[in-house]
Amino acid sequence: MAFMEFIPNLGRRTLRTVPNLGTASRFLLLSLFAVVNRHFSIQQLLKQVYGFGVRSLLLMMVAAFFTGMVLGFQGYYALVRFGATSALGTLVALSLLRELGPVLTALLFAGRAGSALTAEISSMKATEQLSAMEMMAVNPLAWVVAPRLWAGIIVVPILCVIFDLVGIFGGYLISVPVLGVDGGTFWAQMQSNVAFSGDILTGLFKALCFGLVVTWIAAWQGYAAQPTAEGVGNATTISVVTASLAVLGLDFILTAFLFT
Amino acid sequence: MAAEALVELENVHFARGPHTVLDGVGLRITQGAIVSIMGASGGGKTTLLNLMAGTLAPQAGRIRVAGQDLQALNFEDLYRLRRRMGMLFQHSALFTDFSAFENVAFPLRRHFRLDESVLRKLVLMKLEAVGLRGAAGLMPAELSGGMGRRVALARAMVMDPMLIFYDEPFTGLDPISVGIIATLIRRLNDALGATSILVSHDVQETFSIADYGYILAGGKIIAEGTPDALRTSDSELARQFLGGKPDGPVPFHYPAKDDYATALTGVWAAGEAI
Repeated sequence: MAFMEFIPNLGRRTLRTVPNLGTASRFLLLSLFAVVNRHFSIQQLLKQVYGFGVRSLLLMMVAAFFTGMVLGFQGYYALVRFGATSALGTLVALSLLRELGPVLTALLFAGRAGSALTAEISSMKATEQLSAMEMMAVNPLAWVVAPRLWAGIIVVPILCVIFDLVGIFGGYLISVPVLGVDGGTFWAQMQSNVAFSGDILTGLFKALCFGLVVTWIAAWQGYAAQPTAEGVGNATTISVVTASLAVLGLDFILTAFLFT
Repeated sequence: MAAEALVELENVHFARGPHTVLDGVGLRITQGAIVSIMGASGGGKTTLLNLMAGTLAPQAGRIRVAGQDLQALNFEDLYRLRRRMGMLFQHSALFTDFSAFENVAFPLRRHFRLDESVLRKLVLMKLEAVGLRGAAGLMPAELSGGMGRRVALARAMVMDPMLIFYDEPFTGLDPISVGIIATLIRRLNDALGATSILVSHDVQETFSIADYGYILAGGKIIAEGTPDALRTSDSELARQFLGGKPDGPVPFHYPAKDDYATALTGVWAAGEAI
């Protein structure tokens, strides 16, 4: 019996999801192209870049520092068995640049800035600020959504660079002064084994995609939220959960395609 | 009063899912008038305002504002028309991260490139008109409900609109603020030569300033006329609404499945819905 209900339920869910996905995609395109709208403001964009960046910076640096230190320990544990501790620098750098940097930056960004963004837009909707804007003939997509969306796309790769650098520094602090790996070898190995386009740029490309996806999901959840206190809360939770899962799923797809 | 119609609705139907909100509404609002649309809460009054402002589209019928058919307008033209409209929202809808001054300045900054000194004068004039020039620097969180609504009124007026919508302007305010808002609506409407459409269920205050009124019930206009004509209306529904009688054509009791005696004395299975 339960199985008999499962199939129509699945169908109903799919029928509900597909048009939503369409509306959300249209929302994304209209917002991205709203940069040419006369109500798009560079000041608003800079304000958002500053807000997203500075609000997340300390969190990113602390998280990166610990991640790098843990990588140092765990990498050493694996490599020392093969007498390959000289490769520790390479391991820390590649792990961070190719994978952990972009993914952790995006996950933390979704939790820190994404949730705030959803809450902000959905409260603006609940208090009729978005409707008021429409009534004043100012397109809310251009004034509110576009600056935030572009700010996310700009900020996440920058945060990712900072994450990578602080993480590598954390890895160095554990590997060289604590575990006694040779400092010169640590850096030299890293320098000769990290490729600029293959490792650094693909990592940044991932960060760019994650920035777009996280901000898109956060903005859309806020924009489509029920205009009530409960709706704001729900939207914020859904935003963080969906964005985090989307980052991990997209990471797999990007890694598979960019893998060389 | 000029007899030219600024807003005209013909046989407008609107439904949300299976629920019919408006069922063939027709009205004609003449230029320069303050027109009230009254009705019970949840009766579709705000929906009607949104239809006239073009933020919602009707399933059937025609809405003309300033001679333009709203359904035939594209996005750009609709936005151009909205620059000549103002709306006072039920909860003020002030931008919480802007001061009172910046809230009022917002439409001007977005639509015109004005010299800062000119902009300042225009904004201060509007704030002075609502008596809040002294509160220009305050943030929305620092304003009382009545003050917030006056700032929102100044913002709705700042573009000198031809048509102003008021969504429940008196709800949740103390008697002094209600009096202030009512006086301001009348005074600003006449000073700007605008037309005002006021949605409210506050009968006394609305009738004190309105030139003409419509009563909306069950998705239809059940009575219309000047306030005096409405008070003596022979529609039982209109009399119930205007007199504030708890029972009448709009029943006091929400319909139940069974009668009261059975509900109290009958036997029901555990877990069954009441």
